Amino acid sequence: MKRDIILAGVGGQGILSIATTIGMAALNTGLHLKQAEVHGMSQRGGDVSSNLRIADHEIASDLIPFGQADLIISVEPMESLRYLPYLSPDGWLITNTKPFVNIPNYPKMEEIMAEIEHFKNHIALDADNIAKQLGSARSANMVILGAASLFLEIEYSELQSAIEKMFSRKGDDVVKLNLDALKAGRDFAEAHLN
Amino acid sequence: MDQKLMLLGDEAIAQAAIDAGMSGIYAYPGTPSTEITEYVMQSKEAKSGKIRAGWSTNEKTAMESALGMSYAGKRTMVCMKHVGLNVAADVFMNSAITGANGGLIVVSADDPSMHSSQNEQDSRVYGKFALLPVLEPTNQQDAYDMVFYGFDMSEKLGVPVLMRITTRLAHSRAGILRKPTRKQNEIRLPDNPRQFILLPANARRQYKSLLQKQTEFEKYASESGFNVFTDGEDKSMGIITTGIAYNYLLENYPDRHIPFPVLKIAQYPLPHAMVSEIYNSCEKLLILEEGYPVVEEAIKGFMDNGKTILGRLDGTVPRDGELNPNIVAVALGKKDTRGKEIPSIVAGRPPSLCKGCPHIYSYNALNEALEKWSKGRVFSDIGCYTLGALDPFDAINTCVDMGASITMAKGAADAGLLPAVAVIGDSTFTHSGITGLIDCVKDKNQITIMILDNETTAMTGGQDSSAFGRIEDICIGVGVEKDHIFVLDPSPKYHEKNLGILKQELEYTGVSVIIPRRECIQTAVKHHKALKKAEVV
Repeated sequence: MKRDIILAGVGGQGILSIATTIGMAALNTGLHLKQAEVHGMSQRGGDVSSNLRIADHEIASDLIPFGQADLIISVEPMESLRYLPYLSPDGWLITNTKPFVNIPNYPKMEEIMAEIEHFKNHIALDADNIAKQLGSARSANMVILGAASLFLEIEYSELQSAIEKMFSRKGDDVVKLNLDALKAGRDFAEAHLN
Repeated sequence: MDQKLMLLGDEAIAQAAIDAGMSGIYAYPGTPSTEITEYVMQSKEAKSGKIRAGWSTNEKTAMESALGMSYAGKRTMVCMKHVGLNVAADVFMNSAITGANGGLIVVSADDPSMHSSQNEQDSRVYGKFALLPVLEPTNQQDAYDMVFYGFDMSEKLGVPVLMRITTRLAHSRAGILRKPTRKQNEIRLPDNPRQFILLPANARRQYKSLLQKQTEFEKYASESGFNVFTDGEDKSMGIITTGIAYNYLLENYPDRHIPFPVLKIAQYPLPHAMVSEIYNSCEKLLILEEGYPVVEEAIKGFMDNGKTILGRLDGTVPRDGELNPNIVAVALGKKDTRGKEIPSIVAGRPPSLCKGCPHIYSYNALNEALEKWSKGRVFSDIGCYTLGALDPFDAINTCVDMGASITMAKGAADAGLLPAVAVIGDSTFTHSGITGLIDCVKDKNQITIMILDNETTAMTGGQDSSAFGRIEDICIGVGVEKDHIFVLDPSPKYHEKNLGILKQELEYTGVSVIIPRRECIQTAVKHHKALKKAEVV
């Protein structure tokens, strides 16, 4: 078993909290893990990505080879397209549809959506809106993770315990909001698949 | 101890140094090396062990402090990014001659592909230049283990050891198995009281001793177990990898069986016997190394009259940039697995100054103040404010090395480009700007120097700045006239006032220092949160 995941977004959007959650769940399951992060200059509003590799055997490279990623998980729609050369032909594209516009030449949303929909295996959801309706705009990341959870080959309960562990310091309310966000994302993906 | 820790390569090095009995770590922040020192600074174990951990003014002062700690007999580490080793080069080269007393590891983090740097120089060349042993870990666990080994070797051989890492190892997380911890050393001065006095007579003796140790260094490299030869049935080609290139090779063989003989190099000087063995038993060699073709050049030789050597020099592997599994696949003659192309509508998203960043208002005022002059007279430096080179500011004309803004402005002013403007950050100013300022004052150059003071080292994540609270005093101390030092608030409401001062000082025929001062928006938010949290408690 292996899951090669590209996490994508814009510096400051916090893609690393998704990586940490998956990472904790994977380690708890006894899987091997490597996670290449981007630090430094690009964090200032530039495009950022993380290579997360999970496997039941020793992992060699820190970087995912082209055409072999099983998942692209993106918290920003245009950024989800930047890493297509990495996606395997039968991989899944899971992306937020809420754009982060900090450049003057940001493309039209219809064009971006057309490209995303062009890809057979995709789930696109307005995670920001779903999170807001749950009363926690900051949990959009967990909504995205919830949508991706169907494809991770990690027990859902392991993701739940990882979230409990990660947010326990911030109190039960914060834990619950994040668990709800995770569930909402998962429900959306399940409905989409059926 | 059985539980693996998930650590970045940088953090693995830091944890290893703590576990291996280090007494102090010195550094100037620089991507991708910063997290080593940060980890030690935040470590409870380091705190309870009273390990000295903190930021130095620059890499040279950091390395000199580390050498002093080594002189006193304790284990110490100094960390920097690759270009930082240029700043520390004087003490680094000479530390090879003095040798070490307590274990001394110099970590230099290279940045091939220049993710956050102005060049991709390969620190292994410095290792060879200084005639010192070099360790180049293959993975995060290797990095952890090599710190223990490096300290031991440094003490046994009496020399500093260079550890060279690259971005992907530094900033990638993997499970690390810890070793039992070792006690810190007691103070013990060098046996030879002249060891650290590099008067010519002593230096000649010491240099001879360094030369004599080379065979010993090579023996260590053959016997440590970090350099590994694995035979293969297909002798049509042998493969030599260095550092993390080995992982990319392995990635191309999912069953982990490589048909070719492979020599994995992770420690230098190159062991001749091991290299000869693979060279003699194979028809040709493929060399895969992250960075410069250091090993490739050595084996190929100037005359290139031996066997065929494939690598970066003949184009089998691109001459520049970092490696990845695909580049290695193509070099092996395998299929490129690149997937769907990036759609043409995807726009570039370069980094930019944060919303509310004080630099935005400094550049707005500077651009307007310079409207009456011709373009091309703003010399800048290294930090977040380098982003002033991009749209919509297009405000600066140079960025070369730490501190070069002030001195390049001076040279241009000497050439007659008047007024010349320098733009430098607070931390960069104390790193390497003060000496240049003294040159300007001495020659009474018509220069306006903007020291953008955001009270932190922002680009690398908000480490404290040696300049904090003392910039005006430093400027007065080196002879800038008090009447030509101005502290501004770079906020929109003071735009007109700031503009007036800038215009006035651009006309002044001597040295002016303008200090726009407002805390970095990122650290301000962090401080605000910490304050709120403290109130709740």
